[in-house]
Amino acid sequence: MNSLTRARASELAAAVRDGEVSAVEVTQAHLDRIAAVDGTAEAGVHAFLHLDADGALAAAAAVDEKRAAGEELGLLAGVPLALKDVIVTSDMPTTVGSKLLEGWQPPYDATITRRLREAGIVILGKTNLDEFAMGSSTENSAYGVTRNPWDLTRIPGGSGGGSAAALAAFEAPLAIGTDTGGSIRQPAAVTGTVGVKPTYGGVSRYGLVACASSLDQAGPCARTVLDAALLHTVIAGHDPLDSTSIDQPVPDVVAAARRGAEGDLSGLRVGVVKELGGEGYQAGVEARFNDAVALLSKLGAEVVEVSCPHFKYGLPAYYLILPSEVSSNLARFDAMRYGLRVGDDGSRSAEEVMSLTRGQGFGAEAKRRIMLGTYALSSGYYDAYYGQAQKVRTLIARDFEAAFAQVDVLVSPTTPTTAFPIGEKVDDPLAMYMNDLCTIPSNLAGNASASFPAGLADEDGLPVGLHVMAPVMADDRLYLVGAAVEAAYAAQWGGTLLEQAPALEGIAP
Amino acid sequence: MTVTTALPSFDEAIATYEPVMGMEVHVELGTATKMFCGCSTEFGGEPNSQVCPVCLGLPGSLPVVNRTAVESAIRIGLALNCSIAEWCRFARKNYFYPDMPKNFQTSQYDEPIAFDGWLDVTADGETYRIEIERAHMEEDTGKSLHVGGATGRIHGASHSLLDYNRSGIPLIEIVTKPIYVPREVAPAVAKAYVTELRELIRALGVSEARMELGQLRCDANVSLRLPGDPLGTRTETKNVNSLRSVERAVTHEIRRQAAVLSSGGTIIQETRHWHEDTGETTAGRVKEEAEDYRYFPEPDLVPMAPSREWVDGLRGTLPEPPAARRARLQADWGFTDLEMRDVVNAGAVALVAATVDAGASAGGAKKWWLGEVARVANERGVALEDAGISAADVARVEELIAAGSLNDKLARQVVEGVLAGEGTPDEVVAARGLVLVNDDAALGAAVDDAIAAQPDVAEKIRGGNLGAVGALIGAIMKTTKGQADAKRARELILERLQS
Ligand SMILES: [Zn+2]
Repeated sequence: MNSLTRARASELAAAVRDGEVSAVEVTQAHLDRIAAVDGTAEAGVHAFLHLDADGALAAAAAVDEKRAAGEELGLLAGVPLALKDVIVTSDMPTTVGSKLLEGWQPPYDATITRRLREAGIVILGKTNLDEFAMGSSTENSAYGVTRNPWDLTRIPGGSGGGSAAALAAFEAPLAIGTDTGGSIRQPAAVTGTVGVKPTYGGVSRYGLVACASSLDQAGPCARTVLDAALLHTVIAGHDPLDSTSIDQPVPDVVAAARRGAEGDLSGLRVGVVKELGGEGYQAGVEARFNDAVALLSKLGAEVVEVSCPHFKYGLPAYYLILPSEVSSNLARFDAMRYGLRVGDDGSRSAEEVMSLTRGQGFGAEAKRRIMLGTYALSSGYYDAYYGQAQKVRTLIARDFEAAFAQVDVLVSPTTPTTAFPIGEKVDDPLAMYMNDLCTIPSNLAGNASASFPAGLADEDGLPVGLHVMAPVMADDRLYLVGAAVEAAYAAQWGGTLLEQAPALEGIAP
Repeated sequence: MTVTTALPSFDEAIATYEPVMGMEVHVELGTATKMFCGCSTEFGGEPNSQVCPVCLGLPGSLPVVNRTAVESAIRIGLALNCSIAEWCRFARKNYFYPDMPKNFQTSQYDEPIAFDGWLDVTADGETYRIEIERAHMEEDTGKSLHVGGATGRIHGASHSLLDYNRSGIPLIEIVTKPIYVPREVAPAVAKAYVTELRELIRALGVSEARMELGQLRCDANVSLRLPGDPLGTRTETKNVNSLRSVERAVTHEIRRQAAVLSSGGTIIQETRHWHEDTGETTAGRVKEEAEDYRYFPEPDLVPMAPSREWVDGLRGTLPEPPAARRARLQADWGFTDLEMRDVVNAGAVALVAATVDAGASAGGAKKWWLGEVARVANERGVALEDAGISAADVARVEELIAAGSLNDKLARQVVEGVLAGEGTPDEVVAARGLVLVNDDAALGAAVDDAIAAQPDVAEKIRGGNLGAVGALIGAIMKTTKGQADAKRARELILERLQS
């Protein structure tokens, strides 16, 4: 493997800036790596749904030209990135993992896409995901599974399995994910990568194809905490095109990551959430989590146990609010204006074509959630379901408020288990939903959360994630804690966790 | 198939039943841009030329509220004496229709921006207070054009075309509480309400409120009951899009429902279509049960909390209420109640006022707008303001009359020319050569010719029979092609024959 593909994003950007390597060389190295390991839906990692080699090389060449012209380059200029295929791109198709949007070429760029381009970041292509970002394993993609680089028979998490797998397979040093109930953090946990869900409203949703509008939040994915912080800075900040975007300065996450790396957490109060652990949690996951908590103490943090009594209602509330919004957001996929159209042979009415298209275009999970949501919003059921779930949401936000009155951050395992085998839970949606038990409360309350590598579970040797939760607009605390833990573990492991991952050479057919 | 049933007369219908009405009026705001995006709202553009990812509902797009539209909504609410919500939200109204790109309409549901107001209207000289339930904001849909069918409706069409230029144009929906008024004036009150509302919207400057362009659309709910009974089942007559139609549609629906009820039938809760040509309503969609729109708060928009300072500031921008304005104008113009009512009913208050402001007499302005201009507008089926003549033109015609360069007959020809698109009054005068002959030299020659041609008539006048003057003037008019100043001609005749 080329050392360029193992380098950190911050190192690559510095090398490009200093003229040690060209952005084109960096991009080509990653395209070569992708060719070697990504493969297809049948074999290989299959992180990418669409690869834009020409576009990426052109973007990289533009960075090199800027440098040659003596222009100042951004902190991540020339660094390749994998973009989750739920963010629209005017020069690449956007499928959202669905047959309904196969081949759809958006006429516009998402705000995130625009900011990445303006920063000189090189977009390699679009990554695989569960259809409409609904799932915890990427098995709901209409375009086939993505495989976990730690064990190709296992899931890479979901919905952002493609972005996480691309990082873990060294196909890209940076990726963008979106997190509605854990879709950045859970894939990060099971692939040994860093994934941050910023405060709701911290990163623009304009051009993010909506799953559940009040829960969706895009965020940075990387192999290191500092790289994630640098990417966070590029994509975050107020956007007048998104009414829910927060018009406040972005927390200084880069400074927090640098400070955290110094390894001193004294004065930091950490709360262990009592309700997120115990029964249903894999022993190896609990062991690594306990190690991480001990490490936090060792780094000077004051650790206490905190109770969030309403978190246990988070999952049921989530599975009422999310499908309700999904049922409305996905109504626009009706074959009239774009995307798949089935049965338009001149003999059928528009209504029949809509119905046929939606029947054949949506996968099982999307249909399940559309039906659940349609029911939950129905007159006569609204108060009992949607209304009640919104009350739970308020109670969970109050749990966070009360907890953050006592501590600066909360911690839990990111997921109850490590990566499970592909196919194991496809027929058991409830078991699948349990993956998001720890991550969902932050989506409901809108606060910032992240997952950081916390070692390998003893029983299966697979990555475990440390979940850190911070108050709204205190995203910097995540980076402070994440960087401190990362530095301590790097000393212990002799590098990042991913350096222990399989090399994957020659796996692509 | 047409079934003709003899309907009772309106008087027969209300002899038994008491009508209760409810009016829902949609006003398209005249903002430069749409409700949730920056696209132009201009009318008449090429299909799908005023669209963007937001108003096309493309995946990933998000709405942003148009502040001017909210301001207009608040001003309408204030002018209707409503309370303005301290906090309110948009909601999604979910249903599938191809002209609605998101398959939900962003609207307001149980949290309207304005609520609990009233509007006083006058019908047959009495004032009635119409209670306003709410005024809320929403976005318009696109337009479907059904091709290949006989009626332009979807039934029988071979295909449909969609134009999303209208998609996302801001609408305000104003809903009344049930209107209980003396039965005999119900249709007149309905018309008076829409008239008054239109006047108010125009005075606010938030919309031109032109019904023929769909900028103000009216749905009329009507139910009948026996006195003392609870409310009857109502029907909703859609798209009643002229003032005259409001009164006609309500009258028809009262008669139709009375016929059904008195023959022992029941009224079905349904939407009905109004047909301007036949003056009837026909059944549309049957609402077997309340349609389930699965309303829920729009998660893509943050709640609105209009500050009291803002609202109070907007209160200061309200125009003089139309009723007060009319009373003031009536006094200024010296019109009787009946004359003023004619002007109001013709929708000509603003036009007459503008004409008076441009220098014309009130009587003169009224005469033209309600006379010649109204006749031509009616023939062409357009609004007065679209007939092709401006207030300044009418004032100029009046000025030419006052200066003695036009008589009534010539003035009528000038107005006719302007309405025919021949140019300004002065251009029409020049082009058609419509100049009043009143200089004594030219007129004197015509007078002399007339006297010479009819010596017997001249003799009668010399003998003191002034009634015979008319015969000579008629002859003079003939030779001058109507361009003689009749008053001066008379003076010249008398000068010559009586001195
Ligand atoms: Zn638009």
